[in-house]
Amino acid sequence: MLTQPFLVALLFGAVTAGVPLLLAGMGEQISEKAGVLNIGIEGMMLLGAYCGFVAAYYSGSFALGFLAGGLGGMAVASLVALLCVRLGLNQIVIGIALTLGAEGLTALLHHFQFSRTYPRLDEAPVLALPLLADLPILGPALFAHNPLVYVSVALVAFLGWAFRHTYAGLNLEAAGVKPAALDAAGISVVGTRIGAVLATGFLAGVGGAYLANVGAGLFVPFMTHGAGFIGIVLAMLARGKPLWVLIGAALFGLSLALTTALQVAGINIPTDIVQMLPFALIMLVLVVFARHSVLPAALGLPYERGER
Amino acid sequence: MNTTWRVLLPILLALLAGAVVLIFLGKDPLAYYGYVMERGIFSWGGLQETITRMAPLLLIAAGLIVAFRAGVWNLGGDGQYLLAAVVTAALAPALVEVMPRALTLVICMVIAFVVAAIWSLLPAFLRARYGINEIVTSLMMSFLGISLANVLVKLFFWDPTTTVPQTRTLAIADRLPRIFGSNIHIGILLALVVIILVHLLMTRTAFGLKLQIVGASPKAARHAGLKVGALTVVTFALSAGLIGLAAAVEILGVWGNVRADWNPAYGMLVVPLVFLARLNGLAVIGFTFFFSSLMIGGESAARRIGVPQDFVLLLMGLVLAFLALVEYLDHRRRQRLGA
Repeated sequence: MLTQPFLVALLFGAVTAGVPLLLAGMGEQISEKAGVLNIGIEGMMLLGAYCGFVAAYYSGSFALGFLAGGLGGMAVASLVALLCVRLGLNQIVIGIALTLGAEGLTALLHHFQFSRTYPRLDEAPVLALPLLADLPILGPALFAHNPLVYVSVALVAFLGWAFRHTYAGLNLEAAGVKPAALDAAGISVVGTRIGAVLATGFLAGVGGAYLANVGAGLFVPFMTHGAGFIGIVLAMLARGKPLWVLIGAALFGLSLALTTALQVAGINIPTDIVQMLPFALIMLVLVVFARHSVLPAALGLPYERGER
Repeated sequence: MNTTWRVLLPILLALLAGAVVLIFLGKDPLAYYGYVMERGIFSWGGLQETITRMAPLLLIAAGLIVAFRAGVWNLGGDGQYLLAAVVTAALAPALVEVMPRALTLVICMVIAFVVAAIWSLLPAFLRARYGINEIVTSLMMSFLGISLANVLVKLFFWDPTTTVPQTRTLAIADRLPRIFGSNIHIGILLALVVIILVHLLMTRTAFGLKLQIVGASPKAARHAGLKVGALTVVTFALSAGLIGLAAAVEILGVWGNVRADWNPAYGMLVVPLVFLARLNGLAVIGFTFFFSSLMIGGESAARRIGVPQDFVLLLMGLVLAFLALVEYLDHRRRQRLGA
């Protein structure tokens, strides 16, 4: 079973499946650090997937597709910023509303535009990293991907640095742990949180666009299938460390990729069983590491000056 | 702004925003809404379907009201619903061969309740013991439950006489009895009784009051000597159990079997209804009627006018968002008047 094509298919698939989770997880991490529980991230990914696909389909450019996906996610995020951060409405209720709305809207638009033709994109462009791509097994599996994959991994390192060594990163943390202190220091809590939410929307949207354009090559209604929620779990377990989001995303990517890899190996397990894997894994991880998941003190609470 | 307007305004705004989307898609909103009303409420056949559909929706609403009032976000309804549905559909045709129909129906409902309740135990435990956010865990269990339900149908309960994977079918004569020669089964009566009982339980009993205290402030509840953890688990189980009962009623009353990959996904759709009703079990009956007619009418309109059912999903999202917004504006207005 551990033949070369099986391993390549497994690892390659793990990267493809893991990148949307990585982007969503990092995005959610930024929001959670700032004290906003972004339940609407599923909706952001879905609108990102739709916008990203439409842009890439009509322009023929994958880069433009990712950008449009990011902007689509940001559009949903701007509603979270307005309703939850600015007006202080319940983050969970708005999150559910936005997810329902995005599901309905994208399925509706898809029905009228693409449901007869189901157009597909061409193969996504691949950037093979020099030297590394020539390694046996690991080369074709890990180092011959769409450039966005490398950007996402680089972003992990960047965020890890920025969270600890930049004013923006420290402000973010303060907005989540002790917003009143940030306010006292003369920095707008609402402004910081709005920035965080918009960044989340952009990353989640790009993740959605990658899912549609690179992962599937087409847009299907409801295609995110809980990826945004997995992102929330990853952020929850990562305790504010982007590297742990990467590790988590890789693990879940692996379990998602197992279906295709097993088919390559000629082993037929019903897809429903394999689809249960990532979710079962998450519950297992939560049970085992239950005591270690940490969320900021002011998570989910709107900030109002002078309130205690 | 009085209560009626605070509730009607979000619905009207959502319908209006929905109309804009319809125009954008090149459909006539008046024709669409008119047809939905005509099919959902003003035709006898449609009205019967609307009332029939209300049964599972009301029971789900009852489950959500119990949870939300106790501050528990049970968003895993779809997985709980499907698992209970599959177990019901697998059991009923077998049981009815060895015992009377009435007993079969009751036993199936009890087991559906228990199955769904069991599916909520893990998120409940994680929340009660370690304070892990139950939104995420109940959603994960929901995805898990949806897949498991499919596995059960395909690998264990597949009726060998059918080509597509589905469970054995409960004969129409063995299903829930109909009311006075109509097509409406008695599930709606059960649902009405349950929602009223739940309303009384939450507002008029000591147990309900305890749950509300836990919901309002777990800290205060702990200070008052309440066992918050145990109450959380009970709340979750009751909430999920009622959702399982909804599934049993729908299977025993309408479908008689479960096909693989069937998922009505009612869980999230009922959330806006219970918030519109402000978690009031009596008020939710009216909203459920409205929503049910929207669904039934929408299904006909999908075939006739060519606007897919997903439009209803969008509408419910809009209703919820506008509801939150109207609440906020009203709250601000009162603050200004008070100050």
